[in-house]
Amino acid sequence: MFKSHYKLERYSIGLAIAIIVVASIGGIVEIAPLFTIHQTVEEAPGMRVYTPLELAGRNIYIREGCYACHSQMIRTLRDEVERYGPYSLAVESQYDHPMLWGSKRTGPDLARVGGKYSDQWQVTHLNNPRDVVPESVMPAYPFLKETELRIDDLPEHLATLRKLGVPYTDDMVANAVSDAYGQAVPDSPQAKGVKERYGEATDVRAFDGDPGMVTEMDALVAYLQILGRLTDAAHKQEAVTGGIK
Amino acid sequence: MVSTLTMNERHIALVISSFVAVLGLVLAASGRHDLLEPHGFLILLAGLAGVFVILHGYFDPEPGPERLSSYFDEPIKVGIVLAMIWALIAMFVGDWVAWLLAYPDFRFDAAWSSFGRLRPIHTTGIIFGFGGNALIATSFHVMQRTSRARLPDQLTPWFVLAGYNLFCVLAVTGYLMGITQSKEYAEPEWYADFWLVIVWVAYFVLYLRTLARRREPHIYVSNWYYLAFILVVAMLHIVNNLALPISIGSAKSYTIFAGVQDAMVQWWYGHNAVAFFLTAGFLGMLYYYLPKRAGRPIYSYRMSIIGFWGITFFYVWVGSHHLHYTALPQWVQTLGMTFSVMLLVPSWIAAANALLTLNGAWHKVRDDATLRFMMVAAVFYGLATFEGSFLAIRPVNSLSHYTDWTIAHVHAGTLGWNSMIIFGAIYYLVPQLWKRERMYSPALVEVHFWLAVAGTFVYVFAMWNSGITQGLMWRTYNDSGMLAYSFVDSLVAMHPYYIARAFGGLLFFIGTAVGAYNIWKTMQPIPAAERTQADLPVLGELSRPILQAGE
Ligand code: HEC
Repeated sequence: MFKSHYKLERYSIGLAIAIIVVASIGGIVEIAPLFTIHQTVEEAPGMRVYTPLELAGRNIYIREGCYACHSQMIRTLRDEVERYGPYSLAVESQYDHPMLWGSKRTGPDLARVGGKYSDQWQVTHLNNPRDVVPESVMPAYPFLKETELRIDDLPEHLATLRKLGVPYTDDMVANAVSDAYGQAVPDSPQAKGVKERYGEATDVRAFDGDPGMVTEMDALVAYLQILGRLTDAAHKQEAVTGGIK
Repeated sequence: MVSTLTMNERHIALVISSFVAVLGLVLAASGRHDLLEPHGFLILLAGLAGVFVILHGYFDPEPGPERLSSYFDEPIKVGIVLAMIWALIAMFVGDWVAWLLAYPDFRFDAAWSSFGRLRPIHTTGIIFGFGGNALIATSFHVMQRTSRARLPDQLTPWFVLAGYNLFCVLAVTGYLMGITQSKEYAEPEWYADFWLVIVWVAYFVLYLRTLARRREPHIYVSNWYYLAFILVVAMLHIVNNLALPISIGSAKSYTIFAGVQDAMVQWWYGHNAVAFFLTAGFLGMLYYYLPKRAGRPIYSYRMSIIGFWGITFFYVWVGSHHLHYTALPQWVQTLGMTFSVMLLVPSWIAAANALLTLNGAWHKVRDDATLRFMMVAAVFYGLATFEGSFLAIRPVNSLSHYTDWTIAHVHAGTLGWNSMIIFGAIYYLVPQLWKRERMYSPALVEVHFWLAVAGTFVYVFAMWNSGITQGLMWRTYNDSGMLAYSFVDSLVAMHPYYIARAFGGLLFFIGTAVGAYNIWKTMQPIPAAERTQADLPVLGELSRPILQAGE
């Protein structure tokens, strides 16, 4: 073995090829099957996609690096399930490009934070976390409710995601701008289409408390409020297994 | 800079710079009203700066043919300076965000100064800015010395260095504006990623061309590691960053992977960035500079081989240990854990090989802070890899994951191992490259060493304590079977540790600043008569390989 290595190390190309081969095996064995084995992702027939407004909120979550302090992945451990709710299923993030499971909990897990607090609480908290939780070390984001949300490019966002396999319909792509507006301005004519396209259960509200302008705060709160609520598959699973794998 | 280029190379450089400028203009135009616009202008500016620099030195005399009998060291010098600048910026930002976790309002009233946007500046600045420039600079040095050959041309090394730093600048300025993919340690968006691929291919080809010119039949161990670093990082970077931009007029793209597959791809990337960027490349450094400084050959050729191939093979399997107890299929988690534990064997072989090399030179370790930097690096490499394998065990991970324990582990690696070996290598290189007897102040090297060691210890102990406390508080039940602590309780318990950590980071940062000052002073011009001789690529009496293994 050492003899043949003594030969190999005289050829730079040979060495390079050997490195590529040796370093590829692990990745191929672990990653390739995940795309084919259908057990990887459970079935959840009723699962809906993010509305344009929620998607915009998700992109703000990414932009602000919320994932650096918050996970969105409840592990199959008793204390986590009791603290945060039913453990996360793969299917719940099947439309997430990219996934936001996170790696650090400087703040609590957010996988099921949707519906845990009122919009009002979320807005106050994001505006300055220490107004509601004095010990908090989370940054304040006062600019969110002053900044108008950019919605003109949302059709492109949806169309791109559709190319990647997210089941947005033509209708959804074509109406992305109007849906984003309508979801945050409940009295507007655009509001009606949102529930038609994304389901009756979709929240249509002035999330930031002000229907006058669609702000980044609207989008982010809409996203936070839907977390863990795109499908009830995890709750069903919990009923079967009693919560722990 | 330009005076090192031949006329022909100056022309090519002009073409490349103009091309970059045009590219920037196109991006700026197509990305009007988008965050892409400022980045287009930044690229345009970089291209124009290139054009300006070349034209400014265009009529400088060409380098003569005598250049071919010496090594090409100018880009190495610039690389070292860039690495130190990135170190200062990224450590400063790192310590700032550390203070933010103790005093969250210690910032500006502006979006860019929040924790979430600053943190990737710290990680990118350290890994890619500081680490990457150090890797490129030392690899240029090591590949020439161990091959006893000059770099094949003058332009490619400059292109690699400048292009790479353009990537880093695009990355960190992007975060400030809110451009990020959110993929950990791969945050830059599609156009920057694309650019890095071009730079990286040039880097790889440069390496092969230098090796092809070598006057040593055998390729020395360090080069195996540097090659693995370049090749595997290319593979990781390309796959992990496969994405579809929403239009060429937008900075935003969506990764082609979703959910659980994306998680696996991201951590396959993430952990192998640790493996091949922060380990393989740095072992390349260790295996050259430590034996050189100690004046001893590498302890064992066989251990080098086993260590190298073991690391290359095992590491790729272990990324899934970042996803224990998650929605990732269990068999992948189990594979990740198993290989993580096995990985300890080649890691410790590599560390032991380095430390055993010091046998017979321990008195030098005592007296010479530069060698001591390298020794401490090897020790921390051993410690951090042990801890890494330990944390990858599922039940241990159930406690440590999501907590500051991970942060402690990472910093034992980055402060104790990566930074220490870089500083050791730089203190070895700077006097040699600038042709000085020694560093401006050996005493300041000593000061830097102790600040760095103290900072690392304070940091790591603080985070061990906070991480374990956190992990335990989250899973403690009271007598009535309820969770005993709220999340905020655990947050309050962290406060003193966060202050201690920020203080440890401050010590480390001050050490780096002292180092930068010392390097700066060493670089100042001195009379020609006082300069030392350059080392030359001579064959002659040195028919034995430069670094023969001990056996
Ligand atoms: C520096 C780390 C940090 C960052 C960055 C951060 N948070 Fe937090 N977050 C915390 C901490 C700590 C808490 C717990 C204390 C509190 O409620 O404020 C928290 C709490 C929360 C909660 C309440 C969760 C619950 O169950 O009580 C929400 C919602 C939240 N954050 C959303 C966000 C969003 C959205 C962002 C990005 C815009 C963000 N956070 C960025 C640290 C952070």
